[in-house]
Amino acid sequence: MSSADNTVHMPTWLRVGVVPLVNLSMALFVSGLIFWIIGENPIEAVRLMIYGAFGYQEAIGYTLFYATNFIFTGLAVAVAFHAGLFNIGGEGQAYVGGLGMALMALAFDDVLPVYLLVPLCLVSGAVFGAAWGAVPGWLQAYRGSHIVITTIMFNFIASALLGYLLVSVLIAPGSMAPETRKFLDSASIPYLYEIAAWFGVELSRSPANGSLFIALICAFGLWLYIWRSPSGYALRTVGFSERAASYSGIDARKVTVITMCLSGGLAAMMGLNEILGTQHRLLLNFTAGYGFTGIAVSLMGRNHPVGIVLASLLFGALYQGGAELAFDMPKVTREMVVAIQGLVILFSGALAYMSEPWVAWVYGKLIGKHVIVEGAV
Amino acid sequence: MILADFFNVLDAALRVSTPLIFCAMAGIFSERSGIIDISLEGKLLASAFAAACVATVSGSPVLALSVAMLVSVCLSLLHGVACINYRGNQVVSGLAINILMSGLTVVLGIAWFHQGGQTPSLSPSARFMPIELPGAAAVADVPVLGPLYSGVISGHSVLVYAAFLAVLFTSWVVYRTRFGLRLRAVGENPQAVDTAGISVAWMRYRAIIICGALCGIGGTYLAIAQNAGFSREMSAGQGYIALAAMVFGNWRPGKALMACLLFGLLDAVAIRLQGVPMPIVGQVPVQLIQALPFVLTVVLLAGFFGRSIAPKAIGQPYSKDR
Repeated sequence: MSSADNTVHMPTWLRVGVVPLVNLSMALFVSGLIFWIIGENPIEAVRLMIYGAFGYQEAIGYTLFYATNFIFTGLAVAVAFHAGLFNIGGEGQAYVGGLGMALMALAFDDVLPVYLLVPLCLVSGAVFGAAWGAVPGWLQAYRGSHIVITTIMFNFIASALLGYLLVSVLIAPGSMAPETRKFLDSASIPYLYEIAAWFGVELSRSPANGSLFIALICAFGLWLYIWRSPSGYALRTVGFSERAASYSGIDARKVTVITMCLSGGLAAMMGLNEILGTQHRLLLNFTAGYGFTGIAVSLMGRNHPVGIVLASLLFGALYQGGAELAFDMPKVTREMVVAIQGLVILFSGALAYMSEPWVAWVYGKLIGKHVIVEGAV
Repeated sequence: MILADFFNVLDAALRVSTPLIFCAMAGIFSERSGIIDISLEGKLLASAFAAACVATVSGSPVLALSVAMLVSVCLSLLHGVACINYRGNQVVSGLAINILMSGLTVVLGIAWFHQGGQTPSLSPSARFMPIELPGAAAVADVPVLGPLYSGVISGHSVLVYAAFLAVLFTSWVVYRTRFGLRLRAVGENPQAVDTAGISVAWMRYRAIIICGALCGIGGTYLAIAQNAGFSREMSAGQGYIALAAMVFGNWRPGKALMACLLFGLLDAVAIRLQGVPMPIVGQVPVQLIQALPFVLTVVLLAGFFGRSIAPKAIGQPYSKDR
């Protein structure tokens, strides 16, 4: 063994900054292999994707639009993670939250003005999403059911419920597609190009809308809540050790339920972007897997709001770039993005600890010391 | 006529239960060893795709089955490397496999077959076709029992019968062999197993290899027995329903089989009742019946009737140095 002064712990910047990048590069490398297998040039694909995501104003708008979804669902996963809960029900919570927003919009869009109706929809959506998250939370806290299993089940139940409502109840009269009627303008969040126009700035049209600001406010609010509030302290204590939390007088069960409400409510906010921001109606499967992507986003962002916003941008770019790629490369389809997303979850989530010893070894060689990795095999 | 309808539904229920049974047994092996496996869905999808590809290219259903099992086992090993060697989060790893496969099967399918993610329709010789059990035609005219035997029990693909064998196999291995005893022990108390000089990691690896193999048969059934080729997202959540069935069956092979058959029956009934008005209640929404497996599982998990108790060490990576 080396002497004490020759041994250092792995510095934080390495663990939080470099290791995630190494993981991401491994995921992208394997993605490159897939491109190569199906006979497309990976380098060219990267070039097209970056151009497709950031190359012109409209592209940036789309990237921001997707990123908005991911900020919401990423934050939802992260807050649950901090309390030691794995919420994979973001998809269902967002779906039900969208229902909450749509019901308000359908009921009041001819009477209320936009500055009353949009907040009302927001609250209603949040309540619906929170309720859909609270039930698995309650079952975990008070009945001992495993939250992973129950949130999976609740995704399917939400999907069946919304399927029924859209096909048989809420469907617009005379419509063939299972979707509600279009909301009036009083239920819509203005687009970014509209907001810019108020200030005399001209932007090209894209679906990016005011929800982006709400997402950023949520990110900041969540940071305040988790790291700067007493309830956030309780939440992190429960996540660290439920028993320790109980000893210090924290009601871990209550924290679990409250956290799941918060998580569900945040996931539901995705509906602002999709339902009120762009689609202006409730439609089948509008969540399109964004709830699951939230898990990847949260993992990549190390469950920190700043990381999540950055990871959301990355995933937004991946979605938008991938969509563009599908136009330009005949053999590539949008599902490629889904596969890349799976690889990112694999390398930065499941295999997150794999690269730490390697990075530590390289760093150790560079500084000529022995670097210790905590929690390594 | 009502009886004939009833037998038709039973027949359909057996067919749709089969992949559930394979996956539920697979899940029992993995979870009894202490590894959460939500990647049943991804493995089912991947092996269905692999089976369809190989059957298309080679025309041999047996080769297709072998490759599908191999692919599924490889995914299991990936899950194992992440969860056993690198102590990754088991749910995250499973989810990654599901999402990866959901994308990859379509990407490769389009690149290789140019049919929008489907594989070409298979000829009967490249599939596991229904077989007629001996005497099925002879007893068909016997009232009640005749149609039951010839219409419900006979006339399935060999893989349907294999599913029931898989249940017997699982039950025997888990409860009647030394391997099974250790398997259960490693899921309840890995420290004790380690103390007894048995490698926890190797036990878990063997469990998930069996898990992968069983999922592979389920996927093969989906693609080249129940259907004549692969279509995108063809697993359609059945891996998750199997997971629910396993939980519903309290991680026990016999009860999980019952849960699979129940869920399969619900599915068959839902298809049968589509658009048919019922006495008293009117039309039953198909979505309600489709949601029932999940609702029932949640209610059971909540402990309102019965109780479902997971293996104790489930989800926790094992490390010697604690």
